[in-house]
Formats: sequence, C-alpha cells, structure tokens
Amino acid sequence: MKRELILRIRDLYISFRTAAGTVNSIRGVNLDLYRGETIAIVGESGSGKSVTMKATMGILSSNGKVNDGVIEFYSKDNENAVTYRILEMSKREIRREISGKRIAMVFQDPMTSLNPTMSIGTQLMEGMRHHDKLSRAEAWKKAVSLLKMVEIPEPEKRMRSYPHQLSGGMRQRVNIAIALSCDPEILICDEPTTALDVTIQAKILELIQNIQKERNLSVIYITHDLGVVSKIADYVSVMYAGKIVEQGTVNEIFYDPRHPYTWGLLSSIPDVTSDQKLFTIPGSPPNLLHPVKGDAFAPRNIYAIGMDYLEEPPMFKITKTHYAATWLLDKRAPKVHMPTSLRARIDKMLREEGTAYDE
Amino acid sequence: MSRYILKRLILAVLTLLVIVFVLFLMLQYMPGSPFNDEKLNAEQVAALKSKYGLDQPVYIRFFKYVSHMVRGDFGLSYNIQKNVPISSMIRGRLPVSIRLGAQAVLLGTLLGLVLGVMAALWHNTFVDTLCTIVSVVGVSVPSFVFAFFLLYNLGFKAGLFPILYKVTLPVSSTVLPTLALSMFPLAQIARFSRTEMLEVLGSDYMLFAESKGLTSFRLHAVHALRNVLIPIITVLAPLIVSLMTGSMVIEKIFSVPGVGSLLVTAIQSNDYNVVVSLTFIYCVMYIGIMLVVDMLYGVIDPRIRLTKENSHEG
Repeated sequence: MKRELILRIRDLYISFRTAAGTVNSIRGVNLDLYRGETIAIVGESGSGKSVTMKATMGILSSNGKVNDGVIEFYSKDNENAVTYRILEMSKREIRREISGKRIAMVFQDPMTSLNPTMSIGTQLMEGMRHHDKLSRAEAWKKAVSLLKMVEIPEPEKRMRSYPHQLSGGMRQRVNIAIALSCDPEILICDEPTTALDVTIQAKILELIQNIQKERNLSVIYITHDLGVVSKIADYVSVMYAGKIVEQGTVNEIFYDPRHPYTWGLLSSIPDVTSDQKLFTIPGSPPNLLHPVKGDAFAPRNIYAIGMDYLEEPPMFKITKTHYAATWLLDKRAPKVHMPTSLRARIDKMLREEGTAYDE
Repeated sequence: MSRYILKRLILAVLTLLVIVFVLFLMLQYMPGSPFNDEKLNAEQVAALKSKYGLDQPVYIRFFKYVSHMVRGDFGLSYNIQKNVPISSMIRGRLPVSIRLGAQAVLLGTLLGLVLGVMAALWHNTFVDTLCTIVSVVGVSVPSFVFAFFLLYNLGFKAGLFPILYKVTLPVSSTVLPTLALSMFPLAQIARFSRTEMLEVLGSDYMLFAESKGLTSFRLHAVHALRNVLIPIITVLAPLIVSLMTGSMVIEKIFSVPGVGSLLVTAIQSNDYNVVVSLTFIYCVMYIGIMLVVDMLYGVIDPRIRLTKENSHEG
C-alpha cells in the first residue's frame, strides 16, 4: 500500500519573547506524518515537542513567533484533496478550517483541561455545533454515541454531568470524545496518559489505538514515556533542544539507536531485572536564550568529538527511514559504539521478544 | 435547596436577635441620655424615662422591643422627630439609600469587570496600565475625596448635576453620589477580575477550548467569563456592605435624605430606638445579601450546586 503523506513540517523555527530575552525554542524541525500512521515525538521537558504541535494547531501563546518554515497539511474533504499551508493562514482561518475540525488535540492533564463550569454535554457538543453546524438534537445524538465509543457508562446521564463528577480516566475519555467530535484527520495527543495511573494508562492507550484503526486516524503522540512509545508508535522522532536529532521506525530507534542522546534516553528506562543504579543523562538541556554552537547535546555527551563543538551536525541517513544528527556517523569520525550496558539490554529485549530484527 | 434556605433563614433570625441584644447592652452603657435638655430637672428626666420605659432593666426592654418589632412597630423617636414612629421616619428615606447603593454597586461592578477583563486580554499594554492606575487610586483614595472632586467639577463648575440632593430632581440628584460611591467597588472588582482573567486565560481548559477552534467571542464570553465571576462574587458581598457604611458619609456630603445620614444623627443624639431599628435594617440587608450571594455561587459554579443529585455523588 502506498503511504499517503498528510502532514509535512519543514525547517520550522519558533522563538518566544520572554522577560529575559528571546528564546529560540524550535530550531529547524522536520517532520512527516502519513495517513493512518502513528508517530511519537519524544524528548525531555522543554525540548519543543508541544510547541511544534501547538504551532500546527495555530494555538501558540501570544509571545511565540514562527520565524521560518513550512507546515503543510494535505487534507481530504470528501475525497477532494485540499492543501492547507498552516503558517500562511490567519488565526481566524485556522480556527475555521483546522483547529478541532481537521486536527484535534488531547491534552496532558484531564483534571484541568475541562471547563469546570460547563457540563460535559455542552463541551462535547459545542465543536460540532460550531464547525459542522449541527442542530442541538443532532449534536446531542452524536455526542451520546461518542461517549459510548469511548466506553463511558450511562452516556445520557453523563451528558448532564460536570467535570468534577467524573474520575481522571473518565475525564480523559471525555477529552478524547471531544477531540474526535468533528471527525478530525489528525489527532495530536500531548502526553495523554502522564497524569493517569498505570492501569488506566493502558486502557486509554488501547482505546486510542482502537479508534485509530477504526477511523484511519493519523496520530501524533507527544511523550517522554518510552514505554508508551514502544507500544503505540510506528515512527519515532527524538527531539533535543528544539531539533529532531534522530528519527526512524520504532524498531530502528529501540533496537538500533545511533544518536548518543537516544542511547541516554534508552539507558534511562528503569529495568526491574537489573540491580544497577538507574542511568541518568548528566547535566541539563542548554538554555536556548543563548545561541547554540555546534551540537546542542555535545556538553552532556561523553562521546562528543571535537567537531561537535564547532558545527551543527546534519541528518545522516542510515536507512531509508532512519536518520540521526550526530557527527559520529560521519565517515571520518572514530568508530564509537553504544554503551555496553545498553547493548546488553537491547540484546536481551531482542531475545525475549524473539523479534528477528536485521539491519 | 429549600431546606438549605430554611436553615439559613432560621440562623438569620437568631443572628438578628443576638445583634439587637448586644445593641441594647451597648446603648445602655453609652454616655449621655436621649434627654439632654439642660432645662430639664432630675424629676422630669425620671418621668420621661418611665414614660418611655427606660427605667426598666435592659433585658425586659429588649424583650418588649422585640415583641413590638415582630408586629412591625419599631418604636418612637425620642428627640430627632419627637414621638414620631420610626417606621414612618424610615419609609421615605430607605428607598433613597437602597437606590443609591444599588446604582453604585451595579455601576462599579460592571465597569470594574469590563476594565479588568480588558486589562487581562490586553495584558502589558496601555489598557492594563490604566486598569492598575484606576484600581490603585480607587482603593486608596477615600470616597469623600471623590465626592468633593465631582461636586466641584461636575456640580459647581460645569453645573451638570445638582450639588445637593433635590427632592424635585430624584434622578439627576443621585448621579454624583452614585459616581463617588462606585469608585471603590469599581477599583476592587477591576483588580480582582484582571488577576482572575489572567489566571483563567492561562488555564488548560482555555487552551483545550481554543484547540476546538471556537470563535474568540465564545471562548471569552462563555468559557472564561463564568470562571472569572466565581471569585468576583466572593468579594461582592463585603463590597456591598462596605458601600452601605460608606454611603453614610456620602449621604451627609450631598445631604441625601437617606437612612445613612439619619443613623449618624441618631447616634450623636442618643435616639436609641432609631439606632436599634436602623442597625437592624442594615443587618437584615447584610444577611440577605450574603444569602443571595451564596445562592448565586451555586448558579454559577456547578461544583457547589446544592442539589440532591450532587450531594449523593459527593
């Protein structure tokens, strides 16, 4: 089956005006999303995951500014292909055509992302009434069926409930129902399970996956939970200091990581069978108030070579789908391998899963 | 809900009884007596006291007064308008005071809300600075200063409104006192609504609502405003009360024939029954406003709505 591109982000640069000065949060992000697939964007807090997605939805905070780049959204309106260049659209146009209608978002904290003074029904129906111009009766009917779809018991009764009457897991289900209310083509999930406890997490992830299959939805996950990534993603983009430093299929990232930062992330996953101290990446991300020279990760990178401090590495191609931005992949660079403990861990995972993974 | 209101009403009656009793005690120990005329000798004063029942112990007077009050009889005035029933003294004055207070609260709250919300929407701009200046000035400058300022500029120099209250011009006469009174609530509400709106605008649910692609109007008027109103109501009740006391001074300045100026005179001349009945009326208004405000909470904030369904689900 031919893959169909739905979202294309090229050379995105975003900065924020703050009291301390201009922060260059996004420094040249490239991203492709194909219809029906799931990509995960992983990285530390502040690496620019959410900002990239907010720019896509046109909901950057007012001190944020897109300085350069292209975000193209290849929508299909009843089989008519329409291309939206989101960065060239006005806020009003984005509101009318994109946000909530064709691209919808689920946020991190279900406890705070519903309006406490409005009933579930009102919050669920307002998108449909606004975008699809449904009558109250039609919207009510659709809202009830959406609540059924996200497996909320007694949907009719819940329509009249207020957010404080529902549990966290229930609220996140409601949020998902709201996001899906106008049948979007892309669903952005900004750490949708971080605030929930583990058993609920699994259920919510499963729910999103089922809905995705049913509706051929394209999903972008923003997360720093690599456990979640391995379960749900087709492709993974690893972000660091406003750039994507490695991207590939989920297998490529988990079993054949090439960027030292990805090595660090994978090594930091807690392992119950190991009695070693949990690995942490030393240092903290750079302050993007100041210009970054060379590779932003170099100061925290024990494998850094001289070149890393001088010039920013380009994306080196490893396979057709796997790219990484580190000078270690340059043919002139010394041969460096991933830490032995990580190697051992990956080998163990491969053995356990019995997945034959060949390069 | 009705059970809750009933409970509140019973509590209110008890509160009022306690207040009236404390008033009786305080008046008992206040220096001076209602009969201060130097021409009166001791015998005459004693005769007057026994005529009005003032020679009896305080608790008996209290019970007598309350039993009369229940029948709508607030007693007679001793010296302001000798032997005139207080109910007829108040009848003409109370509507004037209530009208003045209500106008000031309404004007101040509405303007304050608009100013505060605008300041938050245009955060760190000229509007925001203006809001801050207005609220600082409004809170820190006493209302009688505004009263004199308005009186001089709009009343005396421009001649737009009467300087003193004219019974023949009941509408335009209240303009200046209303403006002077509304400055304080305006400033308070502006400050609160600005802070609150900023917090609401930065909340997760506003971001989520924005991501739904709603119109800017719906986003602010429906999603934000309701959440802003909740804490505003909290400050509204004490504001209204402070307006009632503040209006005494303003009523004096503009010689408004209201109950505020009457109370001041009554205290100065030891006219016990006038003091007790006016204080009683203020308390009734205060308790009534508190009850209304508490019920308003429920209307606006579903989290504290007092319905059967909610109390079961916790």
